[in-house]
Amino acid sequence: MLRFILNRLALVIPTFVGISILSFGFIRLLPGDPVEVLAGERSMAPARREQLLHVFGLDRPIWEQYLSYVWRALHGDLGVSLTNQHPITQQFFQLFPATVELSLCAMIIAIVLGVLFGMLAAAKRDTWVDQVTMGTALVGYSMPIFWWGLLLIIVFAAGLHWFPVQGRMDLAIFFKPITGFMLIDSLLSGQKGAFQSAVSHLVLPSIVLATIPLAVIARQTRSAMLEVLGEDYVRTARAKGLTESRVTALHAFRNALIPVVTTIGLQVGTLLAGAVLTETIFSWPGIGKWMIDSIGHRDYTAVQGGLLLIAVVVMVVNLIVDVLYAVINPRIRVH
Amino acid sequence: MADTSTEIAPIVSTGRAARLGEFWMYFSRNRGALIGLVVFVLLVLIALFAPVIAPHNPDDQFRDFLLAPPVWQQGGTWQFIFGTDNLGRDMLSRLIFGSRFSLLIGLIVVTTSLASGVILGLIAGYFRGIVDVVIMRIMDVILAFPSLLLALVLVAILGPGLVNAMIAIAIVLQPHFARLTRAAVMAEKPREYVVSARLAGAGPIRIMLLTILPNCLAPLIVQATLSFSNAILEAAALGFLGMGAQPPTPEWGTMLAEARQFILRAPWVVTLPGLCILVTVLAINLIGDGLRDALDPKLKRS
Repeated sequence: MLRFILNRLALVIPTFVGISILSFGFIRLLPGDPVEVLAGERSMAPARREQLLHVFGLDRPIWEQYLSYVWRALHGDLGVSLTNQHPITQQFFQLFPATVELSLCAMIIAIVLGVLFGMLAAAKRDTWVDQVTMGTALVGYSMPIFWWGLLLIIVFAAGLHWFPVQGRMDLAIFFKPITGFMLIDSLLSGQKGAFQSAVSHLVLPSIVLATIPLAVIARQTRSAMLEVLGEDYVRTARAKGLTESRVTALHAFRNALIPVVTTIGLQVGTLLAGAVLTETIFSWPGIGKWMIDSIGHRDYTAVQGGLLLIAVVVMVVNLIVDVLYAVINPRIRVH
Repeated sequence: MADTSTEIAPIVSTGRAARLGEFWMYFSRNRGALIGLVVFVLLVLIALFAPVIAPHNPDDQFRDFLLAPPVWQQGGTWQFIFGTDNLGRDMLSRLIFGSRFSLLIGLIVVTTSLASGVILGLIAGYFRGIVDVVIMRIMDVILAFPSLLLALVLVAILGPGLVNAMIAIAIVLQPHFARLTRAAVMAEKPREYVVSARLAGAGPIRIMLLTILPNCLAPLIVQATLSFSNAILEAAALGFLGMGAQPPTPEWGTMLAEARQFILRAPWVVTLPGLCILVTVLAINLIGDGLRDALDPKLKRS
């Protein structure tokens, strides 16, 4: 087991090097002069240019610049934002809980409903239940979620007034953030109606963000269940006279879970990409919206830092999923 | 549509026509795939004959009919069946012309990412060693980023626009093809027919392209279909975020972005372009499911 983890850890290094080269190269690949890009100043005097060149370390050899970039990045220093001069790392971790909160809610919806519908479809194979569930799943899988979000706003926020249109909290309610997770903070604040407000703000964005992972998980669960239900040990369990629900829930489901867990892990990237769109539509103050705003404001240091941090997050999550995978599936450890 | 003679053919002969017949037999058994195919063919026809079908020029602004409602709503006229947008342009005509962009985006992106991915995958899988390591690590890095985010950043480097958006999406989608091809090549290379081709004196390029590649097409075709719908979705998302096709291009995602502020006054400017994206992507995904079942029943979703 330890060897597996070490082997898997060794694979992280080349990926990190690639990620860091890409985010390092980003500012240098932009059209125009990197000094002008970094300083945000246009057509500066030659003396000022020289000075800035030195400040940003651009007068040193490229590999030295890269190494110092990585060195600083590893110590959590990703420079300051061009628009508001705040440190990038600090901004990122300030906004990160909002994205995590939204993603976790979406993921819980996606896993619970996805596994449920997938099992239902497999159990009722080739009936109308199967066809309706899988048809709906394919529609969800094909959904342009930015449009889906707008539709939900038209119907449930603007039309029926069931949920708010945007943001994380009612403007009338104010309290100091402690954890950054609105659900927890609102409870800690003890203010009346704060928790309800946090929940009602979460509903629509979570549904939108959950849509594609939910569809993928439902389809994957169905096919994994169908495969497992054909195995010998399931037939043995049936032959022993166990009830159908016991066979499905205990014997088949546990083995069908293995490919489903992998699928869930693979959805993390999808989730973060979806967060970019979902947060933009619902003005959700997370890292997705921050990245879009930074690109819009030409805040290139923020884009560079955000890119690196998001890739590292995806990398770490994939690592954890792979290790978990080995824990639940002993076959992979031997390999 | 089903030709009975080709359906019976596989039992008697084993030529190319017979294989095609067998494929069609499996494919046409899937009702969803057939519906998808019909919708897709219709979309292609609409895109091809857009100037003939569209009632108006997509860029013409009818200043007296700003945000006119569609015909089924109160105040709608038959002159603008799906209503007009905030500049008084006919929605139906813009949607019809929009099909050209989406289908073209899908086609170009899939062709470029397929070609480059297959070549890289062939090289990595055939030569192995350091070449393989370098190529596949680069692919890993591309896959480490959420696809839309990487595409966004690439567009920020290249500058917003439809062509740059297509390049960015092609780069993002390409690792899937490289991985699939590499795995297939590694599985096929030790087989006897490849060894005998090499003994007969065939060079590496001939072996890669003419001997091995035709035998790993099935998963690539399925992946290409999935990428086709992905490309359309991502291009629409980029357009929606203002980084893809630029106004006044009647690209569906860009139309949505332009219409966002009128979402409450004129819901049709938002609902219709999105519905077009959904129907197109759904049709292609239905075809993809059918292809997967027909080409290789064992192939899992990647």
